[in-house]
Amino acid sequence: MSYEHRKIMFDPIVDNNPVILQVLGICSALAVTSKLSTTITMCIALTVVTALSNAAISVIRNQIPSSIRIIVQMTIISSLVIVTDQFIKAYAFTISKDLSVFVGLIITNCIVMGRAEAYAMKHPPLPSFLDGLGNGLGYSALLLVVGTVRELLGSGSLFGYPILLLERDGGWYVPNGLLLLPPSAFFLIGMIIWVVRSWKPAQVEEPEYRIYHAPRPEVAS
Amino acid sequence: MSAPESDSTVSAAPVESASRTLLVTFVVCLVCSVVVAGAAVLLRPIQESNQKADLIRNVIAVSGLLKEGLTEEQALKRIDARMVELATGDEVKGIDPDTFNIVKAGKDPAISTELTRREDVAGIRREPRYLPVYRIVDPNGGLKKLILPVYGYGLWSTMYGFLALEEDLRTVQGLRFYQHAETPGLGGEIDNPKWRAQWTGKVLFDDQWKVQVEVTKVAIDSSTPDSQHQVDALAGATITSRGVENLLKFWLSDKGYGPYLSRLRDERS
Repeated sequence: MSYEHRKIMFDPIVDNNPVILQVLGICSALAVTSKLSTTITMCIALTVVTALSNAAISVIRNQIPSSIRIIVQMTIISSLVIVTDQFIKAYAFTISKDLSVFVGLIITNCIVMGRAEAYAMKHPPLPSFLDGLGNGLGYSALLLVVGTVRELLGSGSLFGYPILLLERDGGWYVPNGLLLLPPSAFFLIGMIIWVVRSWKPAQVEEPEYRIYHAPRPEVAS
Repeated sequence: MSAPESDSTVSAAPVESASRTLLVTFVVCLVCSVVVAGAAVLLRPIQESNQKADLIRNVIAVSGLLKEGLTEEQALKRIDARMVELATGDEVKGIDPDTFNIVKAGKDPAISTELTRREDVAGIRREPRYLPVYRIVDPNGGLKKLILPVYGYGLWSTMYGFLALEEDLRTVQGLRFYQHAETPGLGGEIDNPKWRAQWTGKVLFDDQWKVQVEVTKVAIDSSTPDSQHQVDALAGATITSRGVENLLKFWLSDKGYGPYLSRLRDERS
């Protein structure tokens, strides 16, 4: 794999992470990360969909009239999502019950659509595929961190195996119930963004405008 | 699947023309629908067998037969599934209990009846006319345990589960939910083995065969006779706990399995 291709694939993991830098795909990141088993399935599903939809859209990019390009992208993405959902229902039945509607909601995930519109429409199939794969992996990296923290501190387990012995089962650890609720993922993602931007200040956005301190008008007395 | 970069010059009409737009739309839709339909059709048998296996696994798990040292296969042989008409308590033939879909039946106007607000204790809106029951029989065909599908609304979701009754038809062998979307860690703790274990041995009817069950937040005093009807509620999940109590009250009442249960009691005496 050439340097270029490696860069396309691994850049979105830290330097250009779709969740951390672009703040996309937050909705599902809140919803599926309370358990690692669902997190991983969701990560695989999203990575597969993003990679394949990018590749498919790139293949026909010169044939798509610009007036209908968004709906063509949506059709391809949603077909891939339905197929993925069917596979999960067939081969990972118990996990599919936990994920319920969230696999279907990959269709509305901004990352998939964003990569199709921003990258796949302008680049050949192989780089587009790698770009989709990379962005899927970037999303997965963040979700796995959030999922690990939430399951470990919220339920005292990882992949359902007890790690911290819970007080109600005779152990010492009192689980933090907040971590099982969606807002906790918001706090965790916020903290991760903070950490990453302190580590790589290049990711900090320019303020759109600054507050201007007007000179104090003299009060006529 | 390979299109050269300059394909647009090869085609008859330019990319932005109306005829070209229609053609692209048609081809994309055709290909996508074939892919989606293909996946759905090819994978359906696996999905259906998953669903069936999952249901039976839950029936076996709630029956307590595995604790008696039976393997899943031996347990499966002792399960006798029947369809019951709820209103009359009659067993009906002609519907296959193995493929009966409880979730769908509860929504299908053709085989369910609407409940009035008053009747709808469990928050399920419509009640199916028929439901499967699973009888655990001894080798001579005598009824040892009875497993009933039950469901009702919790905080966020309808909770689907099985209630297993002992031979006396009033003592709980087990209560287990197999499908719900309650908050993990709070209402989701209805799956916690410790909480489920509390149900075993509880008595759901009083001496006059009136339904008597309470999920309570107050500490249970085991010296009082009422404690046999009481179960400790889940911490932080008041509405889920109340949902469990309500669905039991509903399904054991005359609206639910009442007629079937009283028929079984009559047969015995």
